[in-house]
Order: sequence, then C-alpha cells, then structure tokens
Amino acid sequence: MQFMLLFSRQGKLRLQKWYVPLSDKEKKKITRELVQTVLARKPKMCSFLEWRDLKVVYKRYASLYFCCAIEEQDNELITLEIIHRYVELLDKYFGSVCELDIIFNFEKAYFILDEFLLGGEAQETSKKTVLKAIEQADLLQEVRPHHLESYPDYDCCHKEALLEVKLVLEHN
Amino acid sequence: MALKIVKGSIDRMFDKNLQDLVRGIRNHKEDEAKYISTCIDEIKQELKQDNIAVKANAVCKLTYLQMLGYDVSWAAFNIVEVMSSSKFTYKRIGYLAASQCFHESTDVIMLTTNQIRKDLSSPNQYDTGVALTGLSCFVTPDLARDLANDIMTLMSHTKPYIRKKAVLIMYKVFLKYPESLRPAFPRLKEKLEDPDPGVQSAAVNVICELARRNPKNYLSLAPLFFKLMTSSTNNWVLIKIIKLFGALTPLEPRLGKKLIEPLTNLIHSTSAMSLLYECVNTVIAGHDVNGSPFLPPFSLALFLFLRFQLCVQKLRILIEDSDQNLKYLGLLAMSKILKTHPKSVQSHKDLILQCLDDKDESIRLRALDLLYGMVSKKNLMEIVKKLMLHVDKAEGTTYRDELLTKIIDICSQSNYQYITNFEWYISILVELTRLEGTRHGHLIASQMLDVAIRVKAIRVFAVAQMATLLDNAHLMTGNVQRKGICEVLYAAAWICGEFSEHLENPMQTLEAMLRPKVATLPGHIQAVYVQNAAKLFATLLKNQEGNTDRTAAQETSQLMIDRLPLFVQSANLEVQERASCILQLVKYIQKLQQKDVEVAEEVIALFAGELNPVAPKAQKKVPVPEGLDLDAWINEPPSESESEDEQPKAIFAKEEPKHSRARHTEVDEKELAKRREARKQEQANNPFYIKASPSSQKVYQEAPGVEHIPVVQIDLSVPLKVPGLPMSDQYVKLEEERRQKERVEKKKKEKKKRKEKRGGRGKKHDSGPESEEDITPAHMVDIVTEEMPLADSEKLPVRSHRAAEALKSPAEDGDAESPASQEPKKKSSKEKREKKKDKDGDRKVSVKNGNPTRETALWMYIYGAEIDIQGNLQDGSQVVVSVIFENKCDNFLKTMEFNVLDSLNSKLQRPEGSGPHDGLSVPFQLPPGVSNEARFVFTMQSIVMPQKLKGTLTFIIKDSSTHEKLDFKLHFTCSSYLITTPCYSDAFAKLLESGDLKCSSVRLEGVNMPFHHLLARICFHHHFSVVERIDSCASMYSRSIQGHHVCLLVKTSGQTVSIDAKCDEPTLLGNVLDEIKQTFSQC
Repeated sequence: MQFMLLFSRQGKLRLQKWYVPLSDKEKKKITRELVQTVLARKPKMCSFLEWRDLKVVYKRYASLYFCCAIEEQDNELITLEIIHRYVELLDKYFGSVCELDIIFNFEKAYFILDEFLLGGEAQETSKKTVLKAIEQADLLQEVRPHHLESYPDYDCCHKEALLEVKLVLEHN
Repeated sequence: MALKIVKGSIDRMFDKNLQDLVRGIRNHKEDEAKYISTCIDEIKQELKQDNIAVKANAVCKLTYLQMLGYDVSWAAFNIVEVMSSSKFTYKRIGYLAASQCFHESTDVIMLTTNQIRKDLSSPNQYDTGVALTGLSCFVTPDLARDLANDIMTLMSHTKPYIRKKAVLIMYKVFLKYPESLRPAFPRLKEKLEDPDPGVQSAAVNVICELARRNPKNYLSLAPLFFKLMTSSTNNWVLIKIIKLFGALTPLEPRLGKKLIEPLTNLIHSTSAMSLLYECVNTVIAGHDVNGSPFLPPFSLALFLFLRFQLCVQKLRILIEDSDQNLKYLGLLAMSKILKTHPKSVQSHKDLILQCLDDKDESIRLRALDLLYGMVSKKNLMEIVKKLMLHVDKAEGTTYRDELLTKIIDICSQSNYQYITNFEWYISILVELTRLEGTRHGHLIASQMLDVAIRVKAIRVFAVAQMATLLDNAHLMTGNVQRKGICEVLYAAAWICGEFSEHLENPMQTLEAMLRPKVATLPGHIQAVYVQNAAKLFATLLKNQEGNTDRTAAQETSQLMIDRLPLFVQSANLEVQERASCILQLVKYIQKLQQKDVEVAEEVIALFAGELNPVAPKAQKKVPVPEGLDLDAWINEPPSESESEDEQPKAIFAKEEPKHSRARHTEVDEKELAKRREARKQEQANNPFYIKASPSSQKVYQEAPGVEHIPVVQIDLSVPLKVPGLPMSDQYVKLEEERRQKERVEKKKKEKKKRKEKRGGRGKKHDSGPESEEDITPAHMVDIVTEEMPLADSEKLPVRSHRAAEALKSPAEDGDAESPASQEPKKKSSKEKREKKKDKDGDRKVSVKNGNPTRETALWMYIYGAEIDIQGNLQDGSQVVVSVIFENKCDNFLKTMEFNVLDSLNSKLQRPEGSGPHDGLSVPFQLPPGVSNEARFVFTMQSIVMPQKLKGTLTFIIKDSSTHEKLDFKLHFTCSSYLITTPCYSDAFAKLLESGDLKCSSVRLEGVNMPFHHLLARICFHHHFSVVERIDSCASMYSRSIQGHHVCLLVKTSGQTVSIDAKCDEPTLLGNVLDEIKQTFSQC
C-alpha cells in the first residue's frame, strides 16, 4: 500500500498515512486530486478506480471516506478488507466510533493504524492482538481518550457511528 | 515530585490542548488562517518551555496542523526532543509527529540515530514498538545502514510483538540499504517457520515483496512456500504466497504443474472473494506467460487450459454477483483474458452486454472495453444497435462520447472487417450526428470520408445521405453546443462535391451549400463548401448543357455568381481565396455561356480524376531510386539571407569559395598560373570573349556570371535603333520592372504553393488554364504596393542570391522564320548590339521575327531573359521574354496586342480576368522610327524539351486605321533554359564523380574552326562556361534554370569534334546536344 487517507464528505482530511517518501507538496497535490475524484463518484459506483499508475480503493463509512492507493499487482479486495478491519478496530477501541472520535483523538487513530499496518503491510491480522497491544500501551499513558460527551457542540452528522451505518447499508 | 506534577497540570490548564485547538479552528471558520497563526505563535512559546508535557502537547497540536497542510518543518528539533522523552506518553507523540513530518531531507534525522538505537533496545517492548513504527515511516539510507544490525537482532527478540515489527521493517531497510539483505536473509528465512503466525505472515509479506522485485533469487524458497500454502488457513498469508508464486512460475514452469492442484482446490473451496480473485488472476497471468513464445510450450498446456476455463467460469460468477466491486473486478480480469484468449470471453457476450445496462458507469466502461474483442460479422449489428440505444439513454457527455468512439472503434476495427453492410454503417454514422454536444464530430467525419472513398458501391447511398445532411445543416449549426458535430458537414460537403454525379437533386444540394448560413461555419469547413460547390457546379453544367434549354445552365451560373461574393468577403483567407478564384471562373463561364459556347466538358475536366485510396504501407513498396537520399536536404534549410547566398555553391563544393581558391594556389599554383595565363591569352585573342578585368576576378564569387557572359554573336542585320527612352533611364526602368516582377513572382509562387497544398489537388490546378488565372495581377499590385517598404529590404538578399546563383542568363530567343534572308542585315547591327549588351549586363538575344516577304511596318526583336528560379527548383519556373518593337514605317503605330497560343507546357501569363486566349496589350505606342521594349512572362512546366509557341501581334496603323497582323514563332530552345554558371574544376570533378549524372555523347564532323572559336560558340549559343581547357580538350559546365547540371567534355582532333556530356536529366541533355550539333551544322 502506498498511502491511506481519511477524509470527510466535505473533503476535510482527517487522517493521512504515507508509506512512500514524497515531498509535502506532492502529498498535498495527490490528496487534493484524489479527494476531488472520489467525492465526485456516485454512491452506487464500485469502490475501485484507476488513478495515475495506481489503483485506488475507497469505501465510505457514514460521513467518512477511507481511501487507499495500491500498486498494480495488489489485490483490491484484500485492500477493502484492510479498510474494513481498520474501521472495526476503531469501532472496538472507541466503542461505536464516529468521525468526531477520530478528529479529537487523531493520535489514537494513528496509533491503532500503526499497530495494524506497518510500512504499508498488514502486520497483525488478529483484531484481538491489535487491541490488546493498544490497550497495554495505553496503560503506560497518563491521558485518557476524550469521549463523545466532551464535544457536545457538534452536528449530529459527525456523530454517526461509522460501522453501524455501514451495516445498514449492507443490508439494503 | 507531587508539587511538580501539580505545577505541570496548572500550566496545562492555561494551555490549549489538541481538543481546544480543533474546536477553536471550527469556531473561527471565517478567519481560520489568522486563528492558526496565533495558535502557531502560542505553540512556539510552549516549545520554549522546559516542561516536556507542554512541549509534547505543542508537538501534538503541530501534528494536527501538519495534516491540515501547514508547514511545521521548523519544529523538527522540538519533535526530536519529545521523541527522546523517557515517558512513553510523550515518546509516542514524538514518534508520531516524526513519522508524519519527517522525510529524507529533514536534517535533524541524523540526530535521532542514537535515540532510536536506545529505544530499540529498551526493556519496554512498547518503546521498541513505537520506535520501529516511527522508523518505518522516516527511515533514510543512513539510518538504515546504522540501525540494520540492531533491527536484525530484534528479529530474534523473545516477544513476537517485536519480532513481527522487526521483520516487516526489514523490508524498508533493504530498500534503503540493499547491502543489509545478504546478512539478514538467513534470519528472515527462519522467520517463515516462526511459531507465531503474525511473525510468519510478516516474513511471507517481506519475501513476497522482495520476490516481486527480483524473483530469480527466491526460487529456492519455493518448496517452503509450497508447504506453507498447503498448510496455512490464513487468507492474508495465502494471498501473499499465491502472489509470490505468480512471480516465480514464469521462471520455473515445473512450478506451474505443482500449483495446479492446490490452486484449483482453493478456487473451488474458498469463500473469500479476495483469495479467489487472487487465484484467478494468478492463473490468468501465468497462462499468459506460459502461452507466450518466450517459453517452450510444455505438456501442461491442456491442463492449464482446463484450469483457465475454470477461471473464466469463476469470473462469470463474479460478474453475475450483485456486488458492484466483484462485477468490476470480474470484468477487469476478463479484459486481461481478452488480450490472449478472445474466444473464451466471446462465449460470455450475453453477460457483458448486460453489464452495459449497469447503473455504475465504471462498470459500463469496463464492459465497453470488452466489447471490442467480442464482435463478429454476425453480432456486430446487434451489438451496435444496443450501443445506440445506450447512446440515446446516456446522460453524461463523457459516457456518451465514450460510447460513440467505441461504436466507431468496433465497426472500423481491422479495416471494417466485421461490417457486412455499409449502408447500415453510413446510417449509423448519420444517426450519430444527431448526438448533442459531442466532441467527436471529426471522428464521424473521417469515417464518412473513409467509407465513401474506399467503398465504391456505397457512394450512391452515401451521397444521398450526405445531401440530406447538408440540407438539414441548420440542425447542426443552430446550437452553439453542437459545434463539435459540424465537422461532419466537412465530410458531407466533400462527398457531395466529389461524387456529385450520384446526386439525385444536385441543384438542391448546391443551393444548400451556398446558403448564407454557411458563413457561420468554421473556416476550414466553409472552404470545403466553396470548393465542392464548384465541383457540383461543374456536374450541373454538364447535365444542363445536355438539355436543349440553355437557361437552366445560365441560372446555375447566376446562382453561383450571386452567392459566392459572400464567401469572397470571408475573414478566413482560404475561404476568401477559393471563393474569389471560383467566382472568377464562373464569371468567365457565364461569359462563354452567353456566347453559346459549350464549356461543361472543360469545366468538368478541372475536377477530373479518380481519388484512389492508398494503403498505408504503399509508399514502402515504391523502391527508393539509387543514389537518392531521402533524409538529405534538397536545399539547405533557410536560415539567413547569407546562407541562402551560399546555397547554389554548396551544391558543388562544400567549402567556402575562398578556400577552394586558396587550395588551388597551394596545390598547383605554378601550373594554374600558367594555365590561367594561357587562358587569358586565349581569351585576349578571342573576339568572342569579354576580357575579365582583374577586379572582376576578385569579386568573382559575388558576381560569378559576369566574366562568363559570352559575347553575343550578332545575327541581326537590322541596324539597332536606340529605343525611345534615353539609355540610362531605360535601364533603370528595366531594372525596376525586373525587380518588381521578381517580387511579384515570388509572391505568386508562394501563393500558388499554398493553393496547391490546401487544394490537395495539385494536378487539377496545374492542368487547367484557369490555374494561371489564379495568380491575379490585381493581387500582385496590391501586394507590391502594400509591402513596398518591406520589399526594399527584401531586395538585397534576393539580388545577391541571383548573382551568386549565376546571374540570370538568357532563356533566349525567338525563332527566325527565315533566318537566311535576315542574315545580311543582322550582321550590320552587330556592333551596336554588342555595345548595348556590354552596358546592360543583362544579356539578351534577339532575333528578328516577321514576315520578310512582305513590307512590314514593324520589326519585332524578341529577347529572352530567364527569371528567377529561387525557392523550389521543382516549382514551375518562369521565363521572361523581352521584345523590342521597332517601328520601321512612317506611320504611328498603336493598340498593339501581343498574343501567344499557349501550349500545355508553356503559358503566357495574363492578368486576372482575362481568358486563356486573350492577348496582352503592349503598354506603349510607337512613333515612326522609334523602338521600345516590352516584357512578357511565360510559365514553363518542363524545360527538358524545346518549345515552340505560335503567336500574333496585332496593331493599328494610325492614319490608315487598318488592323495589321504579324505572325511569329517563339522558339524556346533547351539551351535557352541553361544559365551560364561558373564552376571550378574541383567542384566540377566532384560533380562528375558523384555518379548521379547520365552520360551521352555526340560527334561533330567537318568542323572547320579554331578550337577556341568552337568553345566560344558553345559558350554563346548554349550558355556554357569553360571550366578548364588543356590543349585541344576542354571541360564546360552549365546549369538549367531548374537546377540540372550539364557537363561537357569537348575534344577536337582535326575536323572532328567529340563531345561527351553528362547531365542529371537525359532528355534535356539529348536536346541540348542536338542543338549544339545543329549550331555547328549551320556553319
């Protein structure tokens, strides 16, 4: 995997992880381009698109888009699984995760991602193991994550649980 | 301690934390940039504090700002500070910030090496983990080199958590520091059998990625991986292993055999689509490689094929799935198969056609890609019909355009291989023109043209369809949005014009083409309209002249004359030019029609000739003539005027003229001097030579022609009268005239060239007399006057060019009808003629024409002067004939009209508007005893043959008011196309060696004259120059106005003269030799 981007429906970047060395300028350009391309796609369209010499795999969870760029030989379906696995991990960790959790605890979101993927490769396929590692590391930390109650002044759309909405979509 | 903590938390109460920052940014939507800059200022303050908690908080906020796109590279050192905190909380933040902000060019990375090493060996596995994670993001070659050993040690760490990370990060280290691969590899291989599945999976990952880059080195691991594949149940690992095998099988075909069973089992058994997809993809890819000619076919082909069929079956399941993603991937894989096994895909046509109805555009596009390979003669119409339905339904322009190009692609592939009915195809194309807002008008147009030209049988139908299109052109032009589609009218107009004989109602189409609305079309389309209206007009004339009623034809002409002026006013030059040419043509035709002359045949001849399709490779089949270098420049590319001056010389000698002269001096100065002396002596004794002055020798290159201008042997018996104007004035006048002509001709030539180019029908332009009328004097005048200031500056290079090229020399002469009777008189005028010539420099040869048996009132001298061959030598050159009219009678002569009957090859240039048979009025009157000169320009197509033109001069004798007529013949000999061109002996030798010249020779018997007289005669009559003379042997050289080289070697022994000649144009050479022979047979 080359990079992973999380952005909102409004095109605001919520998380970025780059596994290839690129200059800030290039990163910004790529981000802008991809966000535009993905947001322009209709909801019923498939999750893959060819972009430059890469394949882009994206998936929308409630108000958030999860978007990964992979190389030609990589497997799109397994990338979708990685995205889903990451959402599940976030959900387990935060307990019904929503966009606001990721905004206000963005460092936690990174930590979870780093336990799950390393250098663009899945390092742990077991959800339990990942969560256990995060929890144990958190024990060493003094600050607890902020929770939904601590940001009451936000629109409800940001509070939509990512995963539940996803399940509803699937049933449809 | 407790106090410190309290103090820390009090500090932090006043600081903004990340959450405050996020909220703050949200609350300052209007002035976000300002708010953030104050935040950054705060952060800078916080970073200056000693409290690590405050610093960590600041760094955390910076990381957030970095994600929003703000530059935080200035805080790199603070990040390192936070990284080196002993507390995991801050270390974690520090490493996160580093992994997000650092890149290879961040300098402070150098400072982190020891810190990272310390963290890697920390007793706390999470410290180590955080360091490894961070390192994976910002590892540089230096870090990789320094830390490779530490990480290698960690691969055998007791905790799988660390081992796993260490193994994965080794891949990044290998990339940055490849030398580490060899020592680390054994340990990496061990990890494939690690008891922890996570570590094992990590090792598979790394080796798979490595093998993808360089499969050869990992073949030895195949058995191990095979074991893993059959034992593992982890889909993630399986996918990687299968991918690895995909990379290995091309190198080791036996592996393919072993893989069949496990892969087939997986394909049958797995419920994970990702794994299935990976298996199918690998099989397809493997099949491609195995089937490729690079590897010997092996016994597995059949086996593989069966498996391959299985894959296609599985793909069908994917495509049939309701999940858009699977459908998409299924189609994607299908298109890979299509490249190698189109048949396997064809059987799933139904399914793919279904996908065209999918609501997802990306799936429809994928399906379209597949269609290309699925059409056959049988199903083409059906498929296209379906596509046309989609075209109607399609909403987005992009998708519709994609459909359009696909339809055309599918139909036109391999030379319309699948089209059985072209009427159908034309109808499809016509239907496509109704598309709104497509960008592909030109594509449709080129298809229409292609089909109409290449499929003869379809022309009748095509023409009918195109006529309808033209009739309904307003549908296309009305809407601005439809701009792209009006390109179709280009094709329609051309087809209707070119194949106008098939038109049912040509009059209606002509009207449609000349509608005022047409003027709103783009210029290039209007131009085609105008041109094809002319073709249509020609056809119409032909039809209508067959009728007894002539009015129809005249009405058609009137229609043209009424409508064309609109186009003459067009702002587009091409439209304007074509329209004005055609308008003049039609006016002329109308004139003839009024005289009841049948013109249709001639008009239609303008556009005669079949346009045949040419295969793209046809040119290759034409053998390149020997010695022709297609890559060489014909002329040096024009750069400056100076280099242009050198151009003609460069043909002969590459070196600078001065050099060549210097070399002469060096090599053989004495000999040369002797020869030169001898030659001078020779020339001094020779009355036919103009003696070269020493100064002229020096400026030889600048005016090479001067000394070679042969003295005219006067054949005139008539005493030369001084023309009406004083000598100098006349000279000036002539010069002016000539320059003007040059300029005009240059312009004309350019114009003509342009015309021929865009006409695309050079032949037609050239063949009719009208083509000459294209070059309109009116335009000439305009251009000359308008560009006078420029023309002055232009003059110089042109002049010097001509001089360098060889000065102009005479095309000559008229032909004395009965030279014998003129002879005595001519001789008497010899002296005067000669004088005039010397002054003039511009050589003229005159021969009196006229009817000697009768009292004539007028003498006519016809002078020839070659003009202007600059530019393209192949372009028809022009010859200027100067005629001196001398009034020999006692009466005033007026209204003289000079006329020549044009031949196919040579034509008198007449002003615009005059017909091909109109005479030119001589621009002066002649009082008794006065002579004056007029010049007439002739255009020559070919100069390899001598030409004879018959002509008449009519004039009125003032007092008697009677019309007199004088018949004459203009004889353009081949020699008259030669220009006396100096040539140095070395250049001459080179020319002879070049081998491009054809040989020919002639023997003259009974020539009884001194050798130098003989040479002088050749020089004079045939415009040669002596290159070198040794005893009774001389080499001579001349050049034609079209650039042919003519070389002679003249030898004499006794009364026999043998001339060996070489020229690149054998016909020309033959004629010149004949003429030489004739010259000597007369004496």
